[in-house]
Amino acid sequence: MITTLEQRFDVAAGRRRCLRYRQRILEISQQVTALHVAPAFSCLEMVDLIYHGLMRNPGNRSHAGTPDSFLMSKGHGCLSQYVILEELGVLANSDLQRYCTPIGQLGAHPDFGVPGIEASTGSLGHGMGIATGMAYADRIKGDDRAVFVVLSDGELQEGSTWEAIMMAANLNLHNLIAFVDLNDFGGLARMSEGHPAFYPVLDKIQAFGWEAIEVNGHDAGAMYEGYCRRSRTQPFMIVGKTVKGKGVSFMEHVPIWHYRSPNKEEYAKALGELGEVSS
Amino acid sequence: MFADTFYEAGKREKRLAVVVADISPAGSIQKFREDFPDRFVNTGVSEQIMIGMCAGMALRGLQPFAYTIATFTLFRPFEFVRDDLCYQNLPVTVVGIGGGVTYSTLGGTHHAMEDVAVAGAIPNLSIIAPCDPAETKAATLWCADQTRGPIYLRLGKAGEPDLTEMATPWIFGKLRYLKQGEDLCIFSYGPIMKLALQVATACEEKGSSVSVISVHTLKPLDREGIANALSRHKRAVVIEECVPHGGLAGQVKEIACDERMDCPIHAFTLRDEFIHCYGSHADLLAAHGLDLHTILTRLQG
Repeated sequence: MITTLEQRFDVAAGRRRCLRYRQRILEISQQVTALHVAPAFSCLEMVDLIYHGLMRNPGNRSHAGTPDSFLMSKGHGCLSQYVILEELGVLANSDLQRYCTPIGQLGAHPDFGVPGIEASTGSLGHGMGIATGMAYADRIKGDDRAVFVVLSDGELQEGSTWEAIMMAANLNLHNLIAFVDLNDFGGLARMSEGHPAFYPVLDKIQAFGWEAIEVNGHDAGAMYEGYCRRSRTQPFMIVGKTVKGKGVSFMEHVPIWHYRSPNKEEYAKALGELGEVSS
Repeated sequence: MFADTFYEAGKREKRLAVVVADISPAGSIQKFREDFPDRFVNTGVSEQIMIGMCAGMALRGLQPFAYTIATFTLFRPFEFVRDDLCYQNLPVTVVGIGGGVTYSTLGGTHHAMEDVAVAGAIPNLSIIAPCDPAETKAATLWCADQTRGPIYLRLGKAGEPDLTEMATPWIFGKLRYLKQGEDLCIFSYGPIMKLALQVATACEEKGSSVSVISVHTLKPLDREGIANALSRHKRAVVIEECVPHGGLAGQVKEIACDERMDCPIHAFTLRDEFIHCYGSHADLLAAHGLDLHTILTRLQG
């Protein structure tokens, strides 16, 4: 079983892609005041796995069937999505060059209507509800489609997310797959310190009727294996423990990098660190 | 009438669905639930997911209606209506039952006094407020078939009288005359149209020739139709079940100002206050100064 899985998702290739994506995100951060570098780094392995390992016909590029859907419910993580859509050819290089400028179409949150973007997010707590409606519509229409959604731990503090979690379980939407980027930081501080009652997260998700596992959210192999072993009778969630700013030592677990762009020196240092990791 | 019309439309059109938040599905909505269980969803007392699911379903090509009491379809999940439906411009109908102070014994928590003002402030959101069962039927059929974007469909409650049998046809975005006169024109919409017609009759008994106009589509507003009516009458009156700011009255005055018209305009609206009063719908309206005697006295003064 596991052998078959590894044939389908090449973990080493995923690691190489994620290195390139981190470099590309840092590069974009030098063009404009890039927001949200660290939140993109924490969910990168999840988004890479979804696009390259789980989705069928991502971005609807081929005529090989109806595409699965991906919603970046934590809209502020969208740089991770943009760089993948660029590599897939859904977004053009010029789109990323024009990130956050009046001549471009990409902003710091995903916008419905842009190629590859299936819902406008940014305000937290919206993605899970929209995903629930999509997954339900697919079921009653008899369409074989899956809906993937990436949530932040911060947006699990929104009541609307729990309304959706509860409803998706009531409807047994096993075509709905959610990832939680459990990086322990909102914009302000460590959640585990300010909101200890939030933990453990996994138990709460399971208590609401979901099948859920908790793994290292940077370990694509572990996430992929968990995904393949799911029972397919309920909605499924991977709670991925992650590091905000993953890959760059001075960004990791430091709240300011939720918003900040590296200056030239920091940029060079960050690139150097990423290179060391890969070698 | 909404429920009957929705049932019939849903029987023909498989894309129609209704998402309710714990409202007891009376009459034909219950029948729709039994006959088409897949296309009826009850989210429970969870209005944010009611709107969120409608957005997701619309993104998949369905034509969903969100359906509960106006305060809970519009106010409670406001930012979901704004972001999920209006920002993404999806053809979802947000049905608000009991607009204004319809729920006259339930207290201020159940009064949607400012619904038209709040809904009107959101880009892309159209507003339709039918005044009787015939307009409700026409509006519901239009909503079931439209691709324009999100709609706030503001309803009263069941059992309202027919008022528009003699009127010109219902067209989205175009006001319609329920009666035509020359001296006074009365603009109104929604269930309070009954009172508007009573005011018209009383004025006619005193020798005035009166027009009564249903401004059923509040957004996009038929500015040309309103300007035309203002130009053809000596006085105008707006009677609406909405707070003074952000409803129809202010916009009629704005049009008069923009078009440099000198037709005097008298506005009768809900007051800008929460009134702690219980009774019949008419009692509540009277507490806000919306009764025949008060209006006639002010018009004569």
